[in-house]
Order: sequence, then C-alpha cells, then structure tokens
Amino acid sequence: MSDAAARKISDDLLRPLLRTSWRFYALVAFLGAIVAAGLATWMYQVWMGFGMTGINMPVYWAFYITNFVFWIGISHAGTLISAILRLVNAGWRRPVTRCAEVITAFALMIGAMFPIIHLGRPWLFFWLMPYPSNRMIWPNFRSPLVWDFFAISTYLTGSVLFLVLPMIPDFALVRDRTTGLRRKAYGVLALGWRGTPKQWHRLESAMQIMAIAIIPVAVSVHTIVSFDFSMAPVPMWHSTMFGPYFVAGAIFSGIAGLIIAMAALRRFLHLEEYFHPVHFQNLGKLLLMMSLLWTYFVFAERLTVWYGNESAEVQVLRVTQKGTFAPLYWTMVVCNFVVPFTILSLRRLRTITGCVIASFCVCVGMWLERFLIVVPSLGHKYLPYTWGTYRPRPVEIMITISTFAAMVLLYTLFAKFVPIISVWELKVGEHAVREPQLQHAEHAIGEVRP
Amino acid sequence: MSAVYGLFPTPEAAQRAVNGLRSAGIGDARITVISSEPFEEHEFAAHDHATWMGWIALGGAIVGLASATWLTRMTELAWPLPTGNMPIVAWWPNLIVMFELTMLGGILAAVGTLLVTVSLMRRPPAFYDPAVADGLILVGVENPPDPSVVERALAAPGVDIRRQ
Repeated sequence: MSDAAARKISDDLLRPLLRTSWRFYALVAFLGAIVAAGLATWMYQVWMGFGMTGINMPVYWAFYITNFVFWIGISHAGTLISAILRLVNAGWRRPVTRCAEVITAFALMIGAMFPIIHLGRPWLFFWLMPYPSNRMIWPNFRSPLVWDFFAISTYLTGSVLFLVLPMIPDFALVRDRTTGLRRKAYGVLALGWRGTPKQWHRLESAMQIMAIAIIPVAVSVHTIVSFDFSMAPVPMWHSTMFGPYFVAGAIFSGIAGLIIAMAALRRFLHLEEYFHPVHFQNLGKLLLMMSLLWTYFVFAERLTVWYGNESAEVQVLRVTQKGTFAPLYWTMVVCNFVVPFTILSLRRLRTITGCVIASFCVCVGMWLERFLIVVPSLGHKYLPYTWGTYRPRPVEIMITISTFAAMVLLYTLFAKFVPIISVWELKVGEHAVREPQLQHAEHAIGEVRP
Repeated sequence: MSAVYGLFPTPEAAQRAVNGLRSAGIGDARITVISSEPFEEHEFAAHDHATWMGWIALGGAIVGLASATWLTRMTELAWPLPTGNMPIVAWWPNLIVMFELTMLGGILAAVGTLLVTVSLMRRPPAFYDPAVADGLILVGVENPPDPSVVERALAAPGVDIRRQ
C-alpha cells in the first residue's frame, strides 16, 4: 500500500479522536442525563423496596429478566461474529470487527447488571462468587444463577481481551500522532508496542487462539442463560430446544444491533469509505438467514406444544396467540419474520436503509420475544388459582430506557477515544487486496517480456 | 543505547535494506524491523514465527479445568447442601463451571504469553521512531559495532538514515 493511502486511512480513522464537535458534548449530556435518571430510579427502588415495581405474585421475573436476556443476546453481535469471520479469514470483516466487539463488551456489562438490579438486596450479589469465607458457605454450583455468573464472567473477560489486544497497535499509532497529555495516556495504553515482526506474529497467534476459544464460550453463555428457564418445571420453559433457540435468537438480535451501530457510525463519523454497501448486504443476508432459523425454532416449539396438548402449556400458547398477549406476539412475528423476510429477500430492498429498518424491527421483535418467554409462562402456571399478570411501573420502564441510553453513551464515548475501525487491520486488508493484483501485473509483464 | 536505522517507504525497499545489512555481515538477530502493520508475505517479517503459545494456552486450559474440578467438588463436600434430589457432588452441573474455567484458563494463558514474550509493558520504550506511524518501515541495528558500515548498507536513494 502506498504511503499516502496508509496516511489517509490513519487520518480518516483518527479524525473522530482528534476533533470534537459541540454535537458530541450535547449527545453525551443528553444520554448522561437519561443514565443519571435511571441510576436515581434504581436507588429509589433499592431504598423503597421491590413494591415500587410491578413485579408481584405470580410474575416474579418481568422487565429486568427480559432486559437481561435481551442484552446478553445483543452481546452475541460482536465477539462471536468477529471470531467466526476471523477464523474463516473473511476479508470484508476488517472494518466490522471492532465496532462489533465493542457491542459485546458493553452489552454484556449492561446485561450482567440486571440480575443485580433484580435482587432485593443487591449489595449481597457477591454471594455468587466463590470467595473464601470463614464459614465456607460457598456458592451452590447446582444453581443456574451460579452458572450465569461463571459463564458471563468468562465471556466478558474473553470478549474484553479479544477487543483490547488488537487495539494495542492502534493505541501506539495514536501515541505517535499526538502530543502532550493525550500522548502520555495513549502511550500507557500502547504498553510499549513497537511493531516488530515478533510482536505481530504473537498478536496474530493470540487472536487465533482466542477466536477458537471464544466461539464455544459465546455459545455456552446463551445456552446457560436459557438454562435459567429450561431447568424449571414451568409451562413452555421446560424444553430441550431452549439452548439452541436462545443462541439463534441471540445471534439474530446481535446482527441487528451491529447493523444499526454500523449505519450510525457510517453516518455520524463520515465513514462511508470504510463501511460499504457490501458490508450491509452481507450482514443483511446473515440477518435473513437468522430470521428464517428463528422462525423455524418458533414453529417447532409451538407445534410441539400444540400437538402435545398438555393443558398448562396449551393455556400459555393460547394467551400468547389469541389472548391478552396476542398483540405483542403478532407484533413480534411481524418484526422478526415478516418485515426482515420481505426487505432482505429482495435484492432491490437490501440497501443500507432497508437493512437498518429490518434491524430496528428485529431488535423490537426480539425484546418482545424475551418478554413473551418470561411473563406469560410465569402468569399461567399449573394451578389456575395462581394465575396472574404483570404490568410494568415507571421504575422498570425508566431503568429499561436508561440502559438503552447507557449503551449508546458508552458506544459514543468509545468511538471518541478509540479508533472504531482497526487501523492496522484495515491497512493489511488493503495490502492483501493490492498484493495479488501487483503479482498478477508483474506476472503478466513477465509473460510478454522476451 | 545507540542505533542506526533507515526509514523505508515500501516493504520492497525494506527487504532490500535487510538484504544489504546481511551482505555487510550483520546477523538476523541484530537487525531490527519495525512497521505499523504486519507484512506476512515478505521475508524480512517472517522471523520469530515459531511459538509455544498454543501449548501454553492448552496448559492454561488444563490448569483451569483442574481448578474448577477442585473448586466445585471441594465446595460441595465441605458444605453438603441437598438440592433438588441431586447427589452432593453433582457432576452434570459442575461440568458447566468446569467448561467455563477451562476456557478462561486457556484465554488468560494465551494473553499472558503474548504480554511476556513480546516484552510488552517494558519501560523505558526500546529503540523506536514515531515516523513508523506514518507508514514508514524502520530497518536498523541496535548498538552497532561500526555505525558507518550500517549506514552504507542502508543507504538508498530517498531514504532517511538516522542515528539514535
């Protein structure tokens, strides 16, 4: 790659770090206010107790656990997709990987907060950890909540490392192109990176090993989240297909989240030269495939329950499809199947705008799907006298809204301080495209020379 | 520490410089190449490929597995809680924790190996030039016995030769 081309890539991708407009501060202030309101609401809930929420007998899991499953699902956008694309050496992955991996890290952090928010005494959450106490009352490893703790901790650790390692050469780049305090800060983050062949080889080796390790961990995380439900004898939860069903749903919502993030970055950071329509086309095809897979799982689940005709399960089926939850259920079907299938199966509609519209619908649909897994089953267990329903109160609604704001805020801050596209990987990609072209040209010249 | 180096605009020019240093009798171990991106397909970047990182990661995974096995079994025996008619040491649920800690062990071992083997976090920063960030490739020799020999070997039209 020419010197000028390398410099242009660096200039374009470091521009958001080095220049700040008033819009950035306005956005951060706006989102920060929503997050602060969410934190204040949570403090209010801790102070006043769980009676402030709509959570009550028999629906003890509601918005918070819905959000927990939703955000853990969104986290599958990044590391899993990035690791798979890295292992198969897909060239088009290069601009996509980092902005995807960031989603994983932040979505996991937000998702992991919800079981703590859901605790009546959140200050005792550390009881999940196997810390050496004097009475040796360590966690009960037979509890799915403890499995969640280990799975999410491992995935978060792995995902953050998977995100941070390829950032080191870019931190070095920023260090060398800045001055003053910024230079010092990025110098610390660069860990003394120089860019010797040995460093590049070791980094590539570490990324390969982590890509191999992180894929089964990602699959296990959402399988284990599904175990929170399927280990319980609750109608329509106690199912062997919940693991793959949850993993498919997680990847589905994750890709949708990634498409929205990429479109926003492309527009607001003016990265049109790096996020090409082909990236959206390819991710749109993946989203279409996952939409079909999700539909297949829903059909298999519903058919089995309907055909089995077990009274408690059929009751849950009925309230979701024809009863009080029917509007939400059919909205979910439209958002997760009808809209994405219509838009993404037609090449003419599979534009950037089309992919973004389909992705918004999928995010809404997947949130509803999580809600419809949690609430109708808990509200209609085996004995009819225990039946009940759930209505969210302002506390849950505010906390839910604030987590969406927190996600956008964290993402905005990240894009401000770290190159959102891996500069060195992009250069390698440009180089890899150019090398075969050069070799081909040299070969052609050689053929005509005497 | 002293060094003599040149900044080359293309990998082909860097390769010629490395070849020139070799011709001048300087061994590969003494030649430093620094770039802002990996050049896998060029010979000068093909050194130090061999690594034990995979085996070390496997070792880390085994340590993680052993730790998880000990943690789950020891905890269950130390405080035997009857749960859901499961045995006190319940291997099915324990397998989940064992799997997670196995993978965590492998990942941490790989990252630890990376940090140690490439001397990251070493202070003060070693031989380096920030011009590398502009896409130039640094080829040079650290503590050369005869700097003029290195300068002659690196000399090429349009190449900036520097001393540190």
